[in-house]
Amino acid sequence: MAIVSARGLSKSYWVADKQPGFAGTMRHFLRRRSKELAAVRQVSFSIEPGEVVGFLGPNGAGKTTTLKMLTGLIHPTAGSLQVAGHLPSRRQRAFLESITLVMGQKQQLIWDLPPLDSLRVNAAIYGIDDYEARRRIAELAEMLELEDELTRPVRKLSLGQRMKAELLAALLHRPQLLFLDEPTLGLDVNAQARVRAFLADYNRRTGATVLLTSHYMADITALCDRVLLIHEGRLFYDGRLELLSERLAPWRQVRVELASPQPAAAFANFGEIESLEGSELRLLIPRQQLTASVSRLLAEHQVVDLEVSDPPIEELIGRLFRQGSLEEPGP
Amino acid sequence: MNYRYWLRLATRLWSSEYAHMLEYRAEVILWALSGVLPLIMLGVWSAATDGQGAGLEMNQPQLARYFLSAFVVRQFTVVWVVWQFEQDCLDGRLSPYLLQPLHPLWRYLASHLAEQATRLPFVILLVSVFFGFQPQAFLMPQPGRLLLAVLAIGLGFAIHFLLQSLVASLCFWTERASALERLLSIPLLFVSGLVAPLDAFPPGARQLALHTPFPWIIGFPAQLLSGAEVDIGAGFAAVAVWIALLLPLLLLTWRLGVRRYSAMGA
Repeated sequence: MAIVSARGLSKSYWVADKQPGFAGTMRHFLRRRSKELAAVRQVSFSIEPGEVVGFLGPNGAGKTTTLKMLTGLIHPTAGSLQVAGHLPSRRQRAFLESITLVMGQKQQLIWDLPPLDSLRVNAAIYGIDDYEARRRIAELAEMLELEDELTRPVRKLSLGQRMKAELLAALLHRPQLLFLDEPTLGLDVNAQARVRAFLADYNRRTGATVLLTSHYMADITALCDRVLLIHEGRLFYDGRLELLSERLAPWRQVRVELASPQPAAAFANFGEIESLEGSELRLLIPRQQLTASVSRLLAEHQVVDLEVSDPPIEELIGRLFRQGSLEEPGP
Repeated sequence: MNYRYWLRLATRLWSSEYAHMLEYRAEVILWALSGVLPLIMLGVWSAATDGQGAGLEMNQPQLARYFLSAFVVRQFTVVWVVWQFEQDCLDGRLSPYLLQPLHPLWRYLASHLAEQATRLPFVILLVSVFFGFQPQAFLMPQPGRLLLAVLAIGLGFAIHFLLQSLVASLCFWTERASALERLLSIPLLFVSGLVAPLDAFPPGARQLALHTPFPWIIGFPAQLLSGAEVDIGAGFAAVAVWIALLLPLLLLTWRLGVRRYSAMGA
């Protein structure tokens, strides 16, 4: 039985509509105008227990709004929703005990106190006895490599340590369903990797279901077998990641710093030239030709530095939507 | 949930908030100092009545006791929930609170009680200094009267907390509820008994004031604490009526407001 079931989920907001400048300000003061903004439109999907699902989409696509509806923070305008056997908007105790939502840098930890103080409060809120709370904190702190930081004021922790402490606080009550909104946003590469490894380990150990949004393709590829792709509030893709990856990024981005400026023609047969400014070259090379092309590049040109990366997911998705490669889902 | 759950939760919430307040003890003392209006009013009324308290039906020691009591009551009935809630609402901190199986208002309540505990030593010090300068005003209340005064202060705080939480919950609609709080702060200043004992009001104005919640926040507990003559039964009955009115109204407003919550900033 699905742990998350959404059918025809929609959410609209009324937002103020103000023109810029003094005249716009006066008009807005005398006669307020607002317009309806559809943030999520007729979204349907279901998630089975234990799945790790990536929620992708450009900024403003409706990802966070959907997460907020799934957690009961906001009420849907239309559609039906069942999460962990509950109607989220009723926010019953049993439901709240079975879920958690981690929203990037939005903290539930008390800023001026060490994380342990907030964790003790959380343990009391969820009715976890002291022995069990200590055991869980020790276990999670070990998994997150966070033992030494728990007695330091939150404001003295680095961004990565703070994020891990937030995760610890969010998982203390052992939720069966994790909603993670940009859990690695702003973290350096090492901290991102540690958070990813922790989430994968947590899912393996506890069998918890995870739905996460991220702008980093690496988060999605490391954790998710299945992805939901949303754009302008509509669900465009629901399926396996490999199939989407091939469609989204059949090529890799290669940044090359040359020893001296070269003409563009010298790189025409390596891949698509994205940009060439002085000795800074950016190429898009098909995945299957990557190794051969990079080897040739290094052999034929004087290269000072070279970096291979996935283009930002937002750019990939934007490009795809501009090309119109994804068809809208059928009725 | 049994009483042990709530006792442990209350202790944990309070102690973490107390630790938080101690981080800001200098600020708390400054806030406490900013509440000396009743002591300033004592100076004003003493000068205006030529040190006799004439026209207020009080002699000078009674006048001093009343305003000192009003100062003490004010220290323990200060409420700032509307600003805290508005801030949490706007910057998204309310969302994690709403996702825990605990009404967010309990957190704010614990925060206020912790702040009161932080103020307590400072208030004791200030009262001692006051009696050093005005020994003729010294009065040790009877234990029973003192207990009733403490109860009245607690209930006065409850009325103020409920009133301001009610305004705070309008954040779900207006986003800027602190502007509406001005509707509370002005009558609280003028008809609560902070600037003058209610007995000094013209009869019509006094009757009008007694039909608002404000005198029960400051004036009534201050009269009890200062040893003044007061109708204790009627006073506590009025307090009970206000709490019985405000509590369900707050819960209803909250329930309706949460439906409109858009989790902005989160």
